[in-house]
Amino acid sequence: MHELSIAVAVVEQVEEAVREQDRAVASLTLRIGELAGVVPEALDFSFGLATEGTALAGARLLIETVGARGRCEGCGRETPTGMPPVLWCAGCGTPLTLLSGRELEIVRVTLADEPLDARKTVDGKGVGPPGGKGADDGPRPAPSGLPVRDEEASHVPHR
Amino acid sequence: MCRTVDLHQAVLAKNDENALALRGYLGDRGTVAVNLLSSPGSGKTALLERLLARAVAGGTPAAAVTADLATENDATRLARSGAPVRQILTDGLCHLEAGMLQRRLEGWLPEGTRLLFVENVGNLVCPASYDLGETLRIALASVTEGEDKPVKYPTAFGLAHLVVVTKTDIADAVGFDREAFLGGVRQVNPGVPVLETSARTGQGVDALLAHVLRCAAGEEAHVPVLARQHERYLHSHGNGHEHPRADVHPHPGARQAGAGPGGEQERARGQER
Ligand SMILES: [Zn+2]
Repeated sequence: MHELSIAVAVVEQVEEAVREQDRAVASLTLRIGELAGVVPEALDFSFGLATEGTALAGARLLIETVGARGRCEGCGRETPTGMPPVLWCAGCGTPLTLLSGRELEIVRVTLADEPLDARKTVDGKGVGPPGGKGADDGPRPAPSGLPVRDEEASHVPHR
Repeated sequence: MCRTVDLHQAVLAKNDENALALRGYLGDRGTVAVNLLSSPGSGKTALLERLLARAVAGGTPAAAVTADLATENDATRLARSGAPVRQILTDGLCHLEAGMLQRRLEGWLPEGTRLLFVENVGNLVCPASYDLGETLRIALASVTEGEDKPVKYPTAFGLAHLVVVTKTDIADAVGFDREAFLGGVRQVNPGVPVLETSARTGQGVDALLAHVLRCAAGEEAHVPVLARQHERYLHSHGNGHEHPRADVHPHPGARQAGAGPGGEQERARGQER
C-alpha cells in the first residue's frame, strides 16, 4: 500500500512550504485523477497516520477527484476513458490523447489562526518552553495549557 | 479567518526530482536502466537470470539490482549469471524510490556498466507510480496469472514501454487466452510491443535482449498514452521547483501570485510580517 508513502510525501512537502508561516494546517486539498494509481480511501486512512506529530496533525483532507478523459486525434471524439480505461478510440481505433486523469497534486492548504506552538501545546506534544521563559511570566503555567485551549482542540476537525 | 496558500505541487515531486538526478548520474556513466515490474511469482527473476547470462556472454556489461521486502534469495539466484548483482532490502516498503536506488548504486555501480536491470518489488500497484530514472520500463505477466492482468492493473501495464509474457512454455497447459491478454494490453496501452518469453526454453530471451539493446542505443521507446499527461506533469513540476515557495511569499514574478482571493490575501499578510 503505497498510499502511506504518498501521504508522507504530501506531509513533507506541505510542512516545507508552510514552515515560515508558523501556523498549523487546518485543511489540505489534493487533486487525484482516476488513473493516478492512488486509492482515495486508502490515502485518507494513511493521511491520519502520516500527519501525527506534524504541523498537519488534525488537518482536514479534502480530495478532488478528476475523471479520466481522452480525445481522439483521428476523429475528434472526446470521451471518458472509463475504469479500467479504454485508451483507444471506439470510433476509429486510434490511440487517444489523455486529457485528464493522471493528476496527483497538492492544490492548496488553509492555515489555522493560532500559531503552531499553540497547536502543539494543545496536543500535549510541545508542552510550553522549559524553565527560562516561565521566570518572565511569573509562576510557571500549568503544563497542560489553559482550559480554553482544550475547548478549541475539541473543535479541530479530524480528517 | 483562515489563510489559504496555493501550492499546485505534484505529490511525487521529490521522487521525480530524484529520478531526474538519477537519470543524469546514469547518463554520465553510459548506463541505461531497465525497470522491471510484475506480481510476485511471475517468473521475473528466472527470466532476468537468463537475460543477464545472455548479456554477459554476448559481451554487454550488465548488472542488476533486485529489490525485495526481506530476503536475499533473488540476488543469490541472479548472481549465478556472472553479472554483478546488488540487493536492496526495502524493509517492508512496497516499492522502490529513485533516492533509495541511487544511494544503493553509489560506490557500487561497476565502471562501464551498459545495462542496469532493476527488479522492482513484486507488486503491480505501488511501483507503477515511481519513476526510477529508467530508460525502459517493462511490465511482466506470466501465462498463469490470467488474461485480465493488464486490465486489473492498468497503471502498471499502461505506463510500460514493453510488455513481456513469461512462462509461455506452459501456456497451452494452463489454457492461456492469448488474444484476450493482448486485447487487455491494447486497451490500456495501445501500440505497446509485447514479447513472449520462457526462461525454461529460452524462447524470446534473445529478442528481449535485442529490444533492450536497441533502446539503449537510442532507438525511441514506445510512448504510452498514460505517460503523455504524466510528462506534462513532470514539466510543470520543474517550474514549481525553481520557486518552491513562489505562492507563499509576495513575489512579483511568481506564477500564481495574486491569482484569486487566496493569493491576494496571502500577499497582504506576507507584507505585514
Ligand atoms: Zn477516433
